[in-house]
Amino acid sequence: MSKLDIHQLEKKANEIRQDLIKMLVEAGSGHSAGPLGMADVFTAMYFNILNHDPKKPMWGERDRLFLSNGHIVPIRYTTMAHAGYFPRSEIKTLRKLGSKLQGHPERVRIPALESTSGPLGSGLAQAAGYAYAARMDAKKFRTYCICSDGEHDAGNHWEAVLFAGKYKLSNLTAIVDRNNIQIDGQTEDIMPLEPLTEKYKAFNWNVIDIDGHNFQEIIDACEKAKAVFDRPTVIIAHVIPGKGVSFMENLPEWHGKPPNEKEAKKALHDLKILAGKIKSKHE
Amino acid sequence: MLDPKAKLSRKVFSKDIDQVPTRNGYGEGLVLAGKKNPNVVALCADLTESTRTEAFKKEFPDRFIQIGVAEQLLATVAAGMANYGKIPFISSYAAFSPGRNWEQIRTTVALNEVPVKIAGAHAGISVGPDGATHQMLEDIALMRAMPKMTVVYPGDSIEARKATLAAASYDGGVYLRFAREKTAVFTTDKSPFKIGQAEVLWQSKEPQVAIVGCGPLVHEALLAAHELEKAGTGSIVINNHTIKPMDEHTIIRAARTCGAVVTVEEHQINGGMGSAVAEVLTRNWPTPIEYIGMPNHFGESGAPDELLEKYGMKAKNIVAAAKKVIARKVKD
Repeated sequence: MSKLDIHQLEKKANEIRQDLIKMLVEAGSGHSAGPLGMADVFTAMYFNILNHDPKKPMWGERDRLFLSNGHIVPIRYTTMAHAGYFPRSEIKTLRKLGSKLQGHPERVRIPALESTSGPLGSGLAQAAGYAYAARMDAKKFRTYCICSDGEHDAGNHWEAVLFAGKYKLSNLTAIVDRNNIQIDGQTEDIMPLEPLTEKYKAFNWNVIDIDGHNFQEIIDACEKAKAVFDRPTVIIAHVIPGKGVSFMENLPEWHGKPPNEKEAKKALHDLKILAGKIKSKHE
Repeated sequence: MLDPKAKLSRKVFSKDIDQVPTRNGYGEGLVLAGKKNPNVVALCADLTESTRTEAFKKEFPDRFIQIGVAEQLLATVAAGMANYGKIPFISSYAAFSPGRNWEQIRTTVALNEVPVKIAGAHAGISVGPDGATHQMLEDIALMRAMPKMTVVYPGDSIEARKATLAAASYDGGVYLRFAREKTAVFTTDKSPFKIGQAEVLWQSKEPQVAIVGCGPLVHEALLAAHELEKAGTGSIVINNHTIKPMDEHTIIRAARTCGAVVTVEEHQINGGMGSAVAEVLTRNWPTPIEYIGMPNHFGESGAPDELLEKYGMKAKNIVAAAKKVIARKVKD
């Protein structure tokens, strides 16, 4: 796929956020804040960073993108639809009977979805196993894994951090959705993770902290990871949960619920005027 | 009498029958599978010698991955490797894998539809001196409840070798259950083995009870059949090594012929192979059943034979259960 430039990425991410809101209000259940917070990272992945071809989704040399925190999958579905993996009209089937867009992602239902996830803490280990196997066969593609900050509470995740460090999986890049919230509240109240950067360093990882809403930083970090040959890289993407919708930003209560019709209207208005930065043309 | 088609060991009723742990058969089968298919890899959670993964490690050092004491990691790294295209065998003690990592197996192997082969060593009460923490008695129940999972419990080391080799080319996730102690080698290289196909080992002329066993206790079932025959009671003995998918045809046919069933396993009676047999028969041919197995207890330290004796899993207990179930038969 041809790569979008920074300006085009910003525009695309906004369109994707709008579709996401429409998708969630139609589904009537699901998560809002996490998917909005990671909209820029997903847009950057599918429209600039990943080496992939939606027309040949299972192309053997494609970069692999694992999603460990499966509950934010609506943003992946929306982004994949925009990239051409399936028709945009299908996003309204999210969480409905017979839909391939399951509430939490199931690998076998959509080509190149790569993983089945939802139970937290197990995604990085699968991505690490995948990267290990690919390296055995001298494959050139990269394996990416998006994880939440909350799932760093889980032992299985840290087991994978140990494993990837031990085996120097430099073909693996983890991206942490560092939005500081989880279902029960702030991550630092539930089970403090800081100093997270130092923790990863101590486990022999290359660590890059970025603003997860700055496309240049997202792209540069993924490029820098490719130049490291003796360690896996983790990109800690500091993001604002609910980003782009003023009344959802930074509020844990929006972690696990969708907007209702009225709230969705307000959210779409917010996105269309970029939180007041531009004059409304749609009203 | 012994069914000639089963081609069992000539020493099956002899005191000097060969004794080998089933985990040894796993180790041999794993090397054979590795030679046959370069995609076979082995992962182990710090129990390489006692799970008999050592031979594979020596033969294929580049295809062996040490995971450390982390069974959740064991399952999930393997799931990733299988997703890529490898055929991973993961080895640990059954109490830890699938005991500790059941959810990871459910989500990342079964639901994810990738071919990870799970080898649970040290299953059953016969683990002995290690005690209850290490005597896994609930794994068949855990694994057979899981969709898209195959469950195989070989009866001896030769069958374990065949089952391991067969698992490598069998679709999807497979759980293989092994014992710690030496147990009787009652099959031979020539004995038939196919995942999903139960084998009739003993067939009397006028059988009154079907004894359906799995794992090393199948040998106790044969000893029991021999005793019963001497006392004038005919029986059928079935090696029901594949608990899922079960060979319903063979089980139903034996139940129809005999009208009474005894199931035999080194596992909790709740949810085990016997429960699975009951599910088949209640739907198809309701038959009285007596169960040999662990009666809702944890184990304890002791010599393997002492424990089998204490918890009633010896041939004499099978004989008693056979008499009891025959007496329960519904009279026309």
